[in-house]
Amino acid sequence: MNKRKITVAVTGLNNIDSPGPGIPVIRGLKESETIDVRIVGLSYETLEPGIYMHNLVDKVYQLPLPTAGSTVLKERLKYIVSQEKIDVLIPNFDAELHNFIKIQEDLKSELNIATFLPSQAIFDERQKSELGKFGDKYGVKVPKSHMINQVLEIRKLEETMSYPLVIKGRYYDAYIALSYEQASSYFYKVVAKWGYPVIVQEFVTGTEVNVTAIGDGKGNCIGAVAMRKLYITDKGKAWSGISLEDDELMKISRKIIENSQWRGGCELEFIKTKKDEYYLLEMNPRFPAWVYLANGCGQNHPEALVKMALGEEVQPFADYQSGKMFIRYSYDQIVDISEFQQISTMGER
Amino acid sequence: MRIRKNIAISENGFIFNPLTGDSFSVNETGIFIIQKLKDGESEETIIRNFMDEYELDTYTAEKDLNDFLSMLQNYQLITNE
Repeated sequence: MNKRKITVAVTGLNNIDSPGPGIPVIRGLKESETIDVRIVGLSYETLEPGIYMHNLVDKVYQLPLPTAGSTVLKERLKYIVSQEKIDVLIPNFDAELHNFIKIQEDLKSELNIATFLPSQAIFDERQKSELGKFGDKYGVKVPKSHMINQVLEIRKLEETMSYPLVIKGRYYDAYIALSYEQASSYFYKVVAKWGYPVIVQEFVTGTEVNVTAIGDGKGNCIGAVAMRKLYITDKGKAWSGISLEDDELMKISRKIIENSQWRGGCELEFIKTKKDEYYLLEMNPRFPAWVYLANGCGQNHPEALVKMALGEEVQPFADYQSGKMFIRYSYDQIVDISEFQQISTMGER
Repeated sequence: MRIRKNIAISENGFIFNPLTGDSFSVNETGIFIIQKLKDGESEETIIRNFMDEYELDTYTAEKDLNDFLSMLQNYQLITNE
């Protein structure tokens, strides 16, 4: 079968112990049976391991940090498309998505780069700070949570919430606090890293189960695979996991994707309580780093996303295999200083 | 009492619960009981077979079977339906 040749730009090449989804997304794309993908890696740091993975990433360009804003990002992308055509771009970091969503129309009309992202409104709806409203709107249980900007507000919350409480950053990080002292210390820790606001969330006990899913933006869930972490790192990231067969979890996940008309990849994080209730903890607006497990279970989500970005109709996946495991490993790449120099000084390799 | 839907049991006693992602290993006696449950045998029949197979008195067979069944229930491997 003749495969169609396309170029896909991918961010999230930080395949470290707390990995970005870029490399797993690329592996999915490279395994497509219908498209032959050239990968343009987009990096933020010079030591992102994906930059040096020549078997997966064909060319790399550095991007300005998300804090530089969407205008600078667009300028950089203009330069990149002057060097080579980009058919589809898949951003994989929470922090950069706002900029990409803002310029997604311009990318298509001016630079002919297709993306497959949600609208700003839907993106904002599932923000951690808005999770309560999100749960009410789409009929899914969520833990009680509050956004705070001052440490003293924790004292006020103690009137209605009891310890343990979860102290979370707006993008990443979550700490379980058993007392005010712990909560205030975590508050400052989170502020120093992620800024304001800080989210204080009710602690729901149970088993964490996660779903990687993809929606077509028209109210259809194209694919969803459930996973339970079997082994986690000290940062709480999955080092190993197994795909589950859980009809109720799938039903809830599909409902969220369909009712929110989610467009693109996402990760749903749930707690399953002993009473078999599911609480949505977070909806991450991009593929998780374990998205390659979906591929291993028979659902190639990155490939489906690329096809939808190119305007093709994609049929929803009917099922997937449970009992498939992923087990991560670390691997030392040997890189000559000249290559590091190239990306450091020229911003591309 | 029966084994929950979709529980995978291999001949060498490896059990996988796709609902929870848990996996277990059981010994020969465990496989014997699970196989009987899978075949839809009643508790009375399992006790009788258990006594015959391992030359047990009623008290020991009932006690061991109940212990094992409560463990299976605890791990969500069997249901009362």
